[in-house]
Amino acid sequence: MAKQDGNSHPGAPRDEHSTMVHEHIVEIVSDSGEGAQKCGVTFGTVSAKMGNGAWTVEIIPAEIKPPSRSRDGASGIRIRLGDHEITNMGDAADLVVAFNEQVLYGRIGQGAYHEGTVVLLENKWANDPSPQIRQAYADGVADFHDRGFVVHELAMEEACLAHTENPKLGKNMFVLGMLCWIYQRDVEMTLGEIAAIFSKKGEQVISLNQKLMQAGVEFARERLTYCFNVPCMDVDHELLVMNGNQAVGLGVMAAGIEMVSMYPITPATSASHYLAASIQSVGGFVHQAEDEIAAVGFAIGCSYAGKTACTITSGPGLALKMEFIGLAVMGEIPLVIVDVQRGGPSTGLPTKPEQGDLMAAMYGSPGDSPKPIIAAATIEECFHLIITARTIAEAFRTPVIVLTDAGLATGVQPIPRPEPCEEWLAPPVDQSPWKQGVPPYDWDEETGLSPRPIPGQRGGEYVLTGLAHTGQSKVAYDPASNIKGLEMRSRKLAALRATLKPPKIHGDDEGDLIVVGWGSTLGSIEEAVDRARADGYRVSSLHIRFLWPLEPGLRDIFMRFDKVMTIELNYSDPQHGLMMETQPGRPPHLALMLRGRTRRDIDYWSICQGLPLRPGQIHEVIMDRLHGMGLTGNEPQPVEAAMGSESCSG
Amino acid sequence: MFGLKKDWSLDVLPRYFTLEDYEGAIARWCPGCGDHAVLAAVQRICRDEQLLPEKTIIVSGIGCSSRFPHYMKTYGFHGLHGRALPVACGVKARRPDLHVWVATGDGDCCSIGAGHWLHAVRYNMDMTVMLFDNNIYGLTKAQTSPTSRPGQRTNTHPFGAWLPPLNPTLATLGFTNVSFVAKTVDWNPVHLHATLDAAFKHKGFSFVHIHQRCPQYTAKIYEAMQQDPSTILLLNHENGIQLDPAVAGMYEHQMAHDPLNHNEAVALAGREDLLPIGIFFQNESRPRYEQVTTIGMEMTTEERIAGLNRELDRFAI
Repeated sequence: MAKQDGNSHPGAPRDEHSTMVHEHIVEIVSDSGEGAQKCGVTFGTVSAKMGNGAWTVEIIPAEIKPPSRSRDGASGIRIRLGDHEITNMGDAADLVVAFNEQVLYGRIGQGAYHEGTVVLLENKWANDPSPQIRQAYADGVADFHDRGFVVHELAMEEACLAHTENPKLGKNMFVLGMLCWIYQRDVEMTLGEIAAIFSKKGEQVISLNQKLMQAGVEFARERLTYCFNVPCMDVDHELLVMNGNQAVGLGVMAAGIEMVSMYPITPATSASHYLAASIQSVGGFVHQAEDEIAAVGFAIGCSYAGKTACTITSGPGLALKMEFIGLAVMGEIPLVIVDVQRGGPSTGLPTKPEQGDLMAAMYGSPGDSPKPIIAAATIEECFHLIITARTIAEAFRTPVIVLTDAGLATGVQPIPRPEPCEEWLAPPVDQSPWKQGVPPYDWDEETGLSPRPIPGQRGGEYVLTGLAHTGQSKVAYDPASNIKGLEMRSRKLAALRATLKPPKIHGDDEGDLIVVGWGSTLGSIEEAVDRARADGYRVSSLHIRFLWPLEPGLRDIFMRFDKVMTIELNYSDPQHGLMMETQPGRPPHLALMLRGRTRRDIDYWSICQGLPLRPGQIHEVIMDRLHGMGLTGNEPQPVEAAMGSESCSG
Repeated sequence: MFGLKKDWSLDVLPRYFTLEDYEGAIARWCPGCGDHAVLAAVQRICRDEQLLPEKTIIVSGIGCSSRFPHYMKTYGFHGLHGRALPVACGVKARRPDLHVWVATGDGDCCSIGAGHWLHAVRYNMDMTVMLFDNNIYGLTKAQTSPTSRPGQRTNTHPFGAWLPPLNPTLATLGFTNVSFVAKTVDWNPVHLHATLDAAFKHKGFSFVHIHQRCPQYTAKIYEAMQQDPSTILLLNHENGIQLDPAVAGMYEHQMAHDPLNHNEAVALAGREDLLPIGIFFQNESRPRYEQVTTIGMEMTTEERIAGLNRELDRFAI
């Protein structure tokens, strides 16, 4: 594998000993407030600019300022870079820079490293005045060696002292310099990034940080015997680097949504933070309501009056909004609701990803409350699906729930720059006179669709009500009116479904196993499937964006595979666990839904670990299922053999 | 009124609205219910002000009085229990051209929706809020409300309500950025109309606490007051309501109260010997939230797209 200096960037520092790798995962972990994230984001940005695929994810402790040197307080960042598009955070890290040994333990507990991971560890703790700290450090180092990590104890902070009195603040840029050397980054470009980051702090701060970064380059060059070259791709289109919540925010603006009505909740709020600082560029407004209920009510009022509105929340907020969402279904009020899912139930794991809100989104409102539900699978989709949702909301006169999660919210990736266009923006409020004699709910029998009178439209006066009502929006208690309303609202989902295409299959159209996923797990699932396919297994996957109405054609696709299984980031009972002999365990959300909708036996695997799904984890599950189907052997089967092995399954 | 001007010439309007133009479905409130009087007063104000029906919205929550929008022939929003105010504020946020009225009850506003009440006062958006206070939950059949009197027997407190009642007038006066608080009674249509009229004309969040009779469940509560006007203290002032002397003459107790005098308003709202009616407080100089929520509404499509591109530039690498 080792190759002398592959397709390296012209501005990169040259080293004839660099090892070419297709991808690498780097982590910087520290106590909170030591600037690891700024270092990592800059490193990721430079990598993306140079033409590497990159995925950056912040490691954020639950507290704002947890005590230093605490395992739970580990703060930092992971950057996965490669010579191809990177769609997820990957498995174990290849290299980690740790500012103390305790924070490293925080990450070890989450399975972030493996044998062979290179650890660049700050060594000042070896001489700490506290004997306990000296002992803890020595114990840690010995343990890391036992775990098979390649440990380098480095006096990083001491080296920073030559340039700054407070290395705790400047160390991050020093580490950035080290990484620049290790990964042969373009030094000039990195210096330029530093100038941009600190542009508001003045020349002195910029030059100090640039000096620290250059000192880091020299430090690594002198002390480390290796460096890596991750070849760059040719990028022919303009790229933007952002996280999923920023993409949601930009999507809101691109969709022409004028009013964002929100209440602070993790991990959704950063989308609103971004919008609060930016939406004035497109003439919109962010309303921070007094509570989650008022936030959705305010958006509904705005929308009823003809202005496009959305509300952005997370699980507990979605729960509080449910009565209003039911009203929006009943009164047929367009509205975009973004749910950035987090660990639940209750307060759960506020900063961690989970796909636990699907059933709540579908059935959280009492009574029959059909509304489109779509899930973003990538950061790019966080942008585009908001525009889709806004369009559907208005065309189908309905609330639309867009599901993302904490993994997408905090993941950072370069995406192609979208080209805004007028069609994305909401049309201006129609104030022309309402056509005489047309009722406020002039339901089309086939589609359930009807035009919507907007206040200001002469002749369109009606009273929107949450009570059962007729097409005239008159309160009605009779069975026929109630049935009619229910049918018309449900028919809209059928009409929307008629416009959808079957999902694309990743891999072959038929085979032994098809993995079905939804939401943020796309990248990890496809990577795991690709690994199995490279070993000759007949595995494919598909990813569902439209969960309600469900994308068409699934049953046909499922018929072409011997086994169908969902992989989800939520809770399900272990399939062979206690008490499962007499009754089947509870499947995860998507599996439960697919069983009902496709009448196929849907296998599943899900986990609720408070972490994004890793491709390696999924690969193991896939191999376990394939082995369980008899598709086993010490040697992976070559493609040809697998093609002729249909009889092995079942 | 009626297009007839003081010099006897006629102001011929392209559209002229009569009371009928504001009358929706026939009100289904019980005979003798105070809500009928409020409905009539609102329809009169709409007619007198010649409000465009398509530019007028009545937002309500859930409860007897929240059926109000159905009986108007304007736009209406009959939403959720307790949630009229967030919806009304949302309507106003980007549509300052609309006339917003809110119908809410003592349970709706002061119990399940109480959180929204104080914040809506703080937002001070231009709307007229009518609190129909009958001291009881009527629609759900006689449960204790936050304004029920101690000892009042209800289905949830069959041995008598225990808690001291909430005083919505006093509470509203205490909320930050309050700009208009008045109290009236449903059985004096002249005062009711004058109060609602002043509230409608106030630029800001006008809160009108209406003592409203429920003949079904709380028939006795306002009986004494209705029969004996000396239990009432009529507030009048050149800046407040000036009642027709023929009607004002009914009231033995009268007092000149300047609606700008907040301290006196608070003292009056707390009085238990007499029931003061009239404008307690009015201050039009308070900031209104729509002054900021409407910013950017005039932006053109080209400007929006340019703004979006500037935002995208910030993420370019």
